[in-house]
Amino acid sequence: MAGVELRSIRKTYGDLAAVDDVSLDIRDGELVALLGPSGCGKTTTLRAIAGFVQPTSGTVHFGERDVTALPVHKRNVGMVFQGYALFPHLNVSDNVRFGLRVRGWGKSRVAERVQRMLQWVQLEKLAHRRPRELSGGQQQRVALARAMAIEPDVLLLDEPFSALDAKLRQQMRTEIRQLQREAGITSVFVTHDQEEAMAIADRIGVMSHGKLEQLGSAQDLYQRPVSRFVAGFIGKCNFIEGRVAQAREFESRDGTRLAFTGSHAAGNAALCVRPEHLVLGPASEARGNRIPVTLKSATYLGPATEYELVTAAGDQLLVSASSAGGGVPREGTPLAVSWRPEDGFVVA
Amino acid sequence: MTFGRAVYLFFVALIMVFLVAPLGVIMWASFFADKILAFPPSGYTVAYYARAWQLADFSQGFMTSIQVAVCATVGSLLVGIPAALAIERLSVPARAAVREVLLAPMYVPAIVAGAAVYLYYIQFEIKTEFQLTATFLGLLIAHTLVGIPWTMRLVSASLVSNGGVAEEAAQSLGANALQTFFLVTLPVIRSGIIAAALFSFIASFTELELSLFLVGPGKTTLPIAIINYLEWNLDSTIAAVATVQIVIIGAALLVSDRFVNLGRDF
Repeated sequence: MAGVELRSIRKTYGDLAAVDDVSLDIRDGELVALLGPSGCGKTTTLRAIAGFVQPTSGTVHFGERDVTALPVHKRNVGMVFQGYALFPHLNVSDNVRFGLRVRGWGKSRVAERVQRMLQWVQLEKLAHRRPRELSGGQQQRVALARAMAIEPDVLLLDEPFSALDAKLRQQMRTEIRQLQREAGITSVFVTHDQEEAMAIADRIGVMSHGKLEQLGSAQDLYQRPVSRFVAGFIGKCNFIEGRVAQAREFESRDGTRLAFTGSHAAGNAALCVRPEHLVLGPASEARGNRIPVTLKSATYLGPATEYELVTAAGDQLLVSASSAGGGVPREGTPLAVSWRPEDGFVVA
Repeated sequence: MTFGRAVYLFFVALIMVFLVAPLGVIMWASFFADKILAFPPSGYTVAYYARAWQLADFSQGFMTSIQVAVCATVGSLLVGIPAALAIERLSVPARAAVREVLLAPMYVPAIVAGAAVYLYYIQFEIKTEFQLTATFLGLLIAHTLVGIPWTMRLVSASLVSNGGVAEEAAQSLGANALQTFFLVTLPVIRSGIIAAALFSFIASFTELELSLFLVGPGKTTLPIAIINYLEWNLDSTIAAVATVQIVIIGAALLVSDRFVNLGRDF
């Protein structure tokens, strides 16, 4: 086993940089999710690790070994493909056996390994079924067993849950996470679903336009996003436009001074506050930072009510508040939102 | 019954009346006992099947057609499969152009193609003194050309619907290019190849216009033997020969339908 290290990977197609200077250090045994909208370069990055994509520049290391020039079939990576890519003409155990067969393992060793893998994913009873006779979840388990049978250095998963329905998806991601932990294998998976990434990854790399915007734990990304893109992509976020006036003081476009913690260079920026950190109420009750707002609409969602608000400077704000206690104010009512300085952060 | 269903049944009925019924009539007529085709028949016999086989034109034409069709099928697979693979899987320069050229025999009217091939063979013979006209080889090359578009179409369709992803999976599992081809690609497109073989066979076996230019005396194909015979005769022999042809083609179609969903691939 080994970690995976990408050093300044670039992949260009003509003028277009699909992956633009991505460096990524994945620790041994870690599960890292590459998260981003479609076309952000996450799949290309994964395929560069697998060897399907030859980077225009930069290197890929598995542990100490530089594998940049190695073709796919010599890299010893296990890959679970989107849609699984099982061999339709082979049954379950032959699918799992495939990688061992082409490696020329001895018969008894192969049989033993296949048996162990099928046990691991609990598919011994279905060993003689063809892929088309399996459910989506079973197919995915076959794909995982097949990828892991070869004792890979790295496990790569490309949108592994996208073909499953919502309920099965939750179940399978817990299952895969468990199996990955047991095996202790360095893993990278690609997804466009932030909830999925937050649920199972040790760390998440958020990508946008070919660049790695931020790599960190789910908490890091949610609480301390480094860019506007990450702030907006991970969870919901309110942006108050303005500039950093001085250390720990932000000035909105209409001149309201707002305190924030953390540091940020002076200049134009946005102050971000999560919807659950904003308190909506009559102007008099405010504590900490406070700005007057006008209510545009309120959506009652059962336990919580979502309020859409607009500031004097025209910034749209979203507040999520418990529905308990009190009626919903009328639209057009002048109100104020307030929040604790430590709940706000500034991004460029 | 909805209006749509009524329209559908109407067209099915049209197809039965104009396409299937004539085949039935021919098969029926092959058993008529009369010396000259007459309706209603005075009795029934299987004698015309024996007579057809005794006529050298038919028996020899049948054998030639089978030989050419089998060889042309092999030839079109040998050219068509690699071509389809290259076009679907590799980034070949001028992909579209190569594809169109290889599919061209399907679009060019056979009589035009026949004339063109004939003239080409003549020129070839003048330049090289190697005779292709009126030879088995010349006929075989032309029939191979007829089979190639069928092979390309069917193998391509099967390569596309079984996207390259199974092949990528094989590579990730450690298979080199040869292992990937023989252990994954070939088995995955197997049904497409079988269908391609059967269609190439049928296309060659029923080919008439192209062959008219290329056969020599005493070495004709079955469709040409039928045309020649029809010029001077009209009896149940011809129906018997046609029936044999229909049965062979029908069998090939039934077999290929087992391997590919013909409704889907076309």
